Amino acid sequence: MSSATHFRFEVLRTLRNRVFYGVTLALPLVLFFGVASGQRHATFNGTSFPLYFMTAMAVYGSMFAVVGPGARIARDIALGWTRQLRITPLRARTDLAAKVVSAYLLAVPTLVLLYLAGASLGVRLAASQWLELTGLILVGLVPFVVLGFVLGYLMPVDALTPVLGGIVVLFSLFGGVYGFELAKSGPLFDVMKALPSYWLVQAGKTVVAGSGGWPAEAWIVIALWSAILVPVATLAYRRNSARA
Amino acid sequence: MIPDAAPKGGIVLARLSKSYGPVQAVRSLDLTIAPGETVALLGPNGAGKTTTIDMVLGLTRPDHGTISVFGIPPAKAVQAGWIGGMLQTGAPLDHLRVRELIALTASYYPAPLGVDEVLRLTGADAFAGQWTTKLSGGQAQRVRFAAALVGDPDLVLLDEPTAGIDVEGRRNFWQSMRDIAGRGKTVVFATHYLEEADAYADRIVLIAKGQVVADGPATEVKAQAASGTIRGTLPDADMAALRALPGVLAADRHGDSVILSCSDADTALRALLAAFPAIHDIEVRGGSLEEAFMELTADHDDTATEAMEIAR
Repeated sequence: MSSATHFRFEVLRTLRNRVFYGVTLALPLVLFFGVASGQRHATFNGTSFPLYFMTAMAVYGSMFAVVGPGARIARDIALGWTRQLRITPLRARTDLAAKVVSAYLLAVPTLVLLYLAGASLGVRLAASQWLELTGLILVGLVPFVVLGFVLGYLMPVDALTPVLGGIVVLFSLFGGVYGFELAKSGPLFDVMKALPSYWLVQAGKTVVAGSGGWPAEAWIVIALWSAILVPVATLAYRRNSARA
Repeated sequence: MIPDAAPKGGIVLARLSKSYGPVQAVRSLDLTIAPGETVALLGPNGAGKTTTIDMVLGLTRPDHGTISVFGIPPAKAVQAGWIGGMLQTGAPLDHLRVRELIALTASYYPAPLGVDEVLRLTGADAFAGQWTTKLSGGQAQRVRFAAALVGDPDLVLLDEPTAGIDVEGRRNFWQSMRDIAGRGKTVVFATHYLEEADAYADRIVLIAKGQVVADGPATEVKAQAASGTIRGTLPDADMAALRALPGVLAADRHGDSVILSCSDADTALRALLAAFPAIHDIEVRGGSLEEAFMELTADHDDTATEAMEIAR
């Protein structure tokens, strides 16, 4: 008995879902080149526009990648496979872990492709800065992974796709992913700063500033979102199990 | 099989109850199944068969009562890989081929059977390379059966395994099931097909309204109900007098024909001829399982209704 086979097949299933995989990889690339090609020498938000927008699109694509397990959970429930798994010795947490790993395995190539795209438009970072940027983004994605779980357990599969898409778009809009910020000060700016997506987009600028990662505020926002969503996901899981 | 997995004590359901809102799906059900038995849970839709199976699988928590699977609770037995189940609903996982799905399922168990062996046993080897989303109903059923067996469980629970399958598919399925039972597995299957229960189970447990209403070998279940039916032509029959005859359980009339369901057909026939010499075209038949089924479930229905009326 080993969970390696389960991890392997979970990743394989993600890779075989070619439309999802292809769109998740391609969409941010297309947007990046479409918007940033004409503005490669512009500056934005105190940094170069290509760096800003490369980070933003890396965040955009990887957010879609990591809410993917939520859709997979809803689909497995709809297929009846979740019940079938519950009558095998496989632990539910092993299945969840495999879904997280496969989600991050999709997020990492999204990041790498965007980095290459950014470099082609003149973004230059030291190796340690690329790594730091990657680390910050992967950590900042945690609330989105958990959000995917919550919705996957609670929502029917046919409603889930537009809801997940809509949520990622809203987080993107308020987080400044689309290349503009809705506010620079005031209450709306306070709302923006309370979102993990805002700090994810700031990661590029943070890395270049060499300030040793995000300000404390960013870590608190990401930690709070995770701390609130994890118990909600646990409740959603229990609710689904009790209903099954 | 790992040494400590030797089945002990069989499966014991004691005073098991489960309600969904106002609906009592299972009412204080008692059932003991010995290791190696093949048992059919037979009953009409809504009798509580699926709820009972779901509780033995640990999917549904009983409101009251206890379940022991070879001496341990269901969840523990599932964890140990002692239970294999084929649920009534559920499609095979997508983006996988049949062989991959069975290999994946095998990886969850401590001592699985060989993937090829299970594919052959269930007849799924013919389409092992097919995508799981491109299977016919009968093929998907074999795949689900293979998934239930691949862990080499001691207890196999099958919830209406042949529902929606054509005649040939059913025959193949039961052939495979017999091979499995022949390996000393305990097999429990739910069905509302009487002939399946009669043909493939050592023992039939008849369930109605969430309770066991008859339990034993098929012949014994028949004997617990009508031992026979007497049919004859008797115009203007006095139905009350017919019902009052010794050995008669129930009397029905269809035109000039009367049909008597009997607990003792011999006694009833003697009394009938003495009391109604005009009766002619007489036929006497032994009880079929179907009649036993109808009688036992219907009979129970009446007492349940009465009990509910008294409760009000």
